[in-house]
Amino acid sequence: MNITIEYYLILSAFMFFVGVAGVLIRRNAIVVFMSIELMLNSANLTLVAFSSYLGNSIGQLFVFFVMTVAAAEAAVGLAIIIAIFRNKLTVNIDEINILKW
Amino acid sequence: MNLDCLFFVFGIVAAVTAVIMITRSNPVISALFLVLNFAALAGLYLTLNAQFIAVTQIIVYAGAIMVLFLFVLMLLRPENEKKFLELNPKIKIFAMVVAFVVFAQLAYIIFFARPSQNISKDLAKSVEAGTIESIGRELFTNYIVPFEAAGFLLLAATIGALVLAKKKFD
Repeated sequence: MNITIEYYLILSAFMFFVGVAGVLIRRNAIVVFMSIELMLNSANLTLVAFSSYLGNSIGQLFVFFVMTVAAAEAAVGLAIIIAIFRNKLTVNIDEINILKW
Repeated sequence: MNLDCLFFVFGIVAAVTAVIMITRSNPVISALFLVLNFAALAGLYLTLNAQFIAVTQIIVYAGAIMVLFLFVLMLLRPENEKKFLELNPKIKIFAMVVAFVVFAQLAYIIFFARPSQNISKDLAKSVEAGTIESIGRELFTNYIVPFEAAGFLLLAATIGALVLAKKKFD
């Protein structure tokens, strides 16, 4: 049996689906962040799969950049969550509604 | 043949841990399953001959980013969430519809475009593409400007995180 690129793409699509569902279902801001990481990783899997099947290393280069952006995003996002927690003593996104009118 | 079975092992672990991660009500357990998911992804990268990315995945994601998440989780001690079944049904239906539409779009594209018709894997080229040598050569020649920009982004994120976490909101 031969593993074609579709197997990796379907797995990646499934992980993206789980990530989208997680962002919309979960009420804890930190878990929403983790679901975003899951979606970034599914995009990474697609990039690496195409890079490997085409024999071109540029896809893996972009995974490197995605990881950089993910690290920066996690650091700033968690700092924002800590700042909000200091103010409101919660990380539940239903109660963080200061921008809602 | 062995590699084929490795894909299924790592793929099933990645899919199952992703689902477990979004369904646990305790966020610390979610974070630990996400670490397992990242480890399975690193295994998948190895089956794709992407050795450098697999190691980076373990060091950067499982090592650095998830430790940051766990640290913040244990610092804030958020209470357990409501279970999925107790959620507002409007949110539940909206979430599942949006997620299924996204998945259906992706699956439609993959099944009808059939990328494997045009792509045949060349093992030697694939191994060569995944080495640190070939990635580093691209990184420091053609992609040097994005690389420097990524460094600047990390610096900005470090300063931003410090400023945000230090100062109190008024």
